[in-house]
Amino acid sequence: MTSLYDELGGAVAIDAAVDIFYRKVMADELLAPFFDDVDMERQAAKQKAFLTMVTGGPAHYTGRDMRRAHAHLVAEGIDDTHFDAVVGHLAGTLKELGVSDDKIARVGALAESVRNDVLGRTPAV
Amino acid sequence: MTGRIRRGSLDVVLEPGETALEGLLRGGAEVPSSCRAGACQACMLRAVSGDPGSVAQQGLSPALREQGWFLPCMSRPTGELVIEEGPPPAIGAAIVDVAEIGRAIVRVRLEPDEELSYRPGQYVQLIQGEHVRAYSLASSPADGRTLELHVRVHSLGRMSRWLAAAAPGARVGLRGPAGSCFYTEGRPDQPLLLVGTGAGLAPLRAIVRDARRRGHTGPIALVHGACDPTGFYLVDELKSMADETGNFRYVRCAMSGEPSDGVEIGDLTAVTLRLFPCLKGWRIFLCGSPDRVNALKKQCFLRGAGLKDISADAFLTARMPPPPLRRGPAPPGG
Ligand SMILES: Cc1cc2nc3c(=O)[nH]c(=O)nc-3n(C[C@H](O)[C@H](O)[C@H](O)COP(=O)(O)OP(=O)(O)OC[C@H]3O[C@@H](n4cnc5c(N)ncnc54)[C@H](O)[C@@H]3O)c2cc1C
Ligand code: FES
Repeated sequence: MTSLYDELGGAVAIDAAVDIFYRKVMADELLAPFFDDVDMERQAAKQKAFLTMVTGGPAHYTGRDMRRAHAHLVAEGIDDTHFDAVVGHLAGTLKELGVSDDKIARVGALAESVRNDVLGRTPAV
Repeated sequence: MTGRIRRGSLDVVLEPGETALEGLLRGGAEVPSSCRAGACQACMLRAVSGDPGSVAQQGLSPALREQGWFLPCMSRPTGELVIEEGPPPAIGAAIVDVAEIGRAIVRVRLEPDEELSYRPGQYVQLIQGEHVRAYSLASSPADGRTLELHVRVHSLGRMSRWLAAAAPGARVGLRGPAGSCFYTEGRPDQPLLLVGTGAGLAPLRAIVRDARRRGHTGPIALVHGACDPTGFYLVDELKSMADETGNFRYVRCAMSGEPSDGVEIGDLTAVTLRLFPCLKGWRIFLCGSPDRVNALKKQCFLRGAGLKDISADAFLTARMPPPPLRRGPAPPGG
């Protein structure tokens, strides 16, 4: 089965998706404070890695990386509301790109699988 | 493993969080620096073994990266890093003339010993004594070998004051070019927006002229920001460019003063976004004051410009006085 990543058109399409996704995140008042001071290129590179992962592309992210990358945000107080907002923007981005609802649901499930890592919680086993 | 730096007889174990540059300076090495943020490339050195980290090679050309060149101010090695002694190669250049072209802004023309291959809008590093600083190129290779810089004279600035007072024939070192603030061909009808403050006009003027020389057909808008209307320069040249086609729009924006023809009063970001509310599909160039550049970059992106279509050079300067060095472990036997 081809991944959504390939269906979307690989790396080039992910670049376009990153722009849309990152713009939504930055325009969101709940999330913007966490993205205010960061280097935009570096941030976009991270978002690209994230989008690549949740669309089933060649990901290099592990749960541990996710945990480490978000540790400082956890310290600053991110919680489930922030995570839900990000997942919402992810779905919105894919919808804008013409992705069907069932595929968006698949991506949502993949994103869900890293929730505990992002929020620095012990995984519910 | 903690980071460790070796260079000639120098051997420094890095403190947690310390950069390679801080470690080198603490160990007594003489390494030039200015921005300490990876923007000016003044501190560039070459690693002969070990990994300086990918962040420390951002903005360097692939050829330089492959040879191990890196920016010590951005490097936090986790293992041993062996650094070549001696500075990066540079060419010589002679000052042709220095002229005041605006309030506290001088135009410096330089004749390099060898022809420099560059794109208008890129920057070079000037070397004078122990100081190395980045300056953007206002000229184009199409105008001949002479390079043109616009230098804002900082009241206590070491390099900028030296340049402002330099006599014709004075010698400097030159490195580069670097940076991605330049016109790229391939989309001749794409609208271009260029926004800069102060001497940030230098690269923008070069990019506009280059785009037109290369047959750009889409609209081009240049917004120059200054504190007050006395801060504008090159006004006649830019106005005359606006006359030629009608495709070029030149706007001056001052924070305070009386509005007049072609002069807007207000915050540069706010005025720019009011004049250009939708930037989807635009190519954007931003140069000058780091605060303005960063604010504009974010807002241009939010207004629809793609991240890859935004090129920005923040003119970061050295923090003075320089931040204090950490105290390392006491020297053995001391
Ligand atoms: C990519 C890039 C491109 C650039 N392009 C340009 C350009 O085209 N034109 C341009 O004009 N600049 C440009 N710059 C900035 C330039 O590189 C220098 O940083 C700038 O000219 C100041 O250098 P300086 O040696 O005169 O000041 P420095 O001596 O480095 O001092 C830095 C600042 O501290 C102040 N200062 C110095 N000593 C003291 C002290 N003892 N106490 C308090 N304050 C002090 C100075 O007044 C100055 O504002 C660029 C920077 C970058 C990163
Ligand atoms: S890049 Fe290192 S000091 Fe500017």
